[in-house]
Amino acid sequence: MTLMVSDLRVEFDGFVAIDGVNLTLEPGRLHFLIGPNGAGKTTLVDALTGLASGSGEARYRTRDLLALASHRIIRLGVGRTFQTATVFEELSVLQNLDIAAGVHRARWRLMLPRRQMPQQVAEVLETVGLTELAERPAGVLSHGQKQWLEIGMLLVQDSSVMLLDEPVAGMSAEEREATGELLRRISPERTVVVIEHDMDFVRRFADIVTVLHAGKVIAEGTAAEIREDAEVQRVYLGDTVAAVTETSTETGEEA
Amino acid sequence: MKKVYPYAGWLLLAVALLVLAPAVLSDFRLGLLAKYCCYAIAAVGIGLAWGRGGMLVLGQGLYFGIGAYAMAMHLKLADAGPGGVPDFMALYGDATVPGWWEPLRNGGLAIVVILVLPALVAGLLGLAVFKRRIKGAYFAILSQALAAAFAILLVGQVKTTGGANGLNNFQGFFGYALFDPANKRMLYFIAAGILLVSILAMAWLYNTRFGELLVAVRDGEERVRFLGTDPANVKLAAYVIAAVLASIGGALFVPIAGIVSPDDVGVVASIGLLAGVALGGRASLLGPAVGALLVGYAETSLSEAFPGSWSYFQGALFVLVILLLPGGLAQLLGLLGRLNARRGNSVSDHFLRGVPRGKQRETEVPRSASEEAAAR
Repeated sequence: MTLMVSDLRVEFDGFVAIDGVNLTLEPGRLHFLIGPNGAGKTTLVDALTGLASGSGEARYRTRDLLALASHRIIRLGVGRTFQTATVFEELSVLQNLDIAAGVHRARWRLMLPRRQMPQQVAEVLETVGLTELAERPAGVLSHGQKQWLEIGMLLVQDSSVMLLDEPVAGMSAEEREATGELLRRISPERTVVVIEHDMDFVRRFADIVTVLHAGKVIAEGTAAEIREDAEVQRVYLGDTVAAVTETSTETGEEA
Repeated sequence: MKKVYPYAGWLLLAVALLVLAPAVLSDFRLGLLAKYCCYAIAAVGIGLAWGRGGMLVLGQGLYFGIGAYAMAMHLKLADAGPGGVPDFMALYGDATVPGWWEPLRNGGLAIVVILVLPALVAGLLGLAVFKRRIKGAYFAILSQALAAAFAILLVGQVKTTGGANGLNNFQGFFGYALFDPANKRMLYFIAAGILLVSILAMAWLYNTRFGELLVAVRDGEERVRFLGTDPANVKLAAYVIAAVLASIGGALFVPIAGIVSPDDVGVVASIGLLAGVALGGRASLLGPAVGALLVGYAETSLSEAFPGSWSYFQGALFVLVILLLPGGLAQLLGLLGRLNARRGNSVSDHFLRGVPRGKQRETEVPRSASEEAAAR
């Protein structure tokens, strides 16, 4: 199911955070959202999930997400994670996932205890590699494991659109690798959008990359195409390129 | 073991309340214990709303008072007989029963009012408050202000509520004479029984998916919203249940104590209800009830030993518990259990489940849009 964002604008007290963004988020590919700090990446996700109010349109399954309350957007199948992993630390991994799975249960069943592990939860535990830790409180998980749990919570909800805000930030190299593989495994049947800063990670796993700058989309394409884009180099990679050149000059001088 | 442990505690409490206490306590002391049981019923509800739901309900006196006054009005009308006028109305007023008193003449209807009215009030209030995402200290202040307003309202209505004197001098309770010691014992057993049943109901509720969801809302309200559930509805349900329990406690308090006055429903009374919950351990199953019983007992014995000193003790107790033992006595038991476990005995730390570790964090709204904008 495609999510069509057209002419999205988000303003805070006269400051334009998102300035007329048009974006097509299609299923079956790993879509990365990059851009310098303050480009509006998180704000974009906030607007799509009801946390920030914006004008324009975000059409998904005949509904306009911008007009819906957060919990209704989630029930429509659009899930998100947050920069700082937020899981319920006092509850076990299993309970965390079970609560997420609640969107597919009739409300009256809240009044009953859980008798056994739901099939769906067991499968997701396997997918995100947390089966062994199912009974542990989520608070004792490592940073990376919490992010996986968050992704698992979206999986158990069977979200068809997943908006992941920097899922690999602060992860070790192996954890990044595992996360990348996990994202690859889950992306064929759904729309996975990842906000990311680490360009190596983007290059390795992105099917398509959208570059945001100052609230506008300045480029879209494969990681290779983005790399060649002059505009992107100027506003985003420019600093890095300059820094790299500087460093190499310095080293050259020293040598 | 994990499943049995809290029920063993419940059984212990049941034996203590239903067998031991009636056997060893004098009628006077048993009457006092019955009073503490009424506080404890309200405390069980506070455990749900505050301990599990994270809502600092500083004004449960409001619901305790709704139940108490509804019961007191019924008892006054029943004493007056069919068509009769309660004694105090002849004294202060024009000796006519106001229209809004009349429905309470019927005992069945009075019980319905005691159960339904607090649910309605808490439901409407909760909708207005939780849907607007008012929480934390603002919610606490609001709920306390309502209890204060309720007490002031009662004081002002001398002709219809007895004003600051409240309602007292009840003769009968649903046909049973209240001066008869046998009936007083019966009232004790009713209060203790309802307390035990309400704890069982909580045990079941904490075990349901709702119980888990409530803890999730307490620890990460915004996260729950982004899992597709409106946290306001979850909090509302817990708040309403707490209100009904407080009302039941209040209703039983009236025939047992023989009086209800604005002092029993105001700010101080509301904090008194909370103190026991904090002492016992707000998030544990038995903590709120046991804490309320202990605080009730302490209040009586300390007041007997050092008249007029209770409020200082209560304040000190509150400060000490919140500072040093945020999980209450249940936390202490949990720590002992762990020490035992370390020595090789397998004692589960079930008591600790759901007890906030250290200070209770209110999970912030995850890095929001406005923050990002502000960061620029």
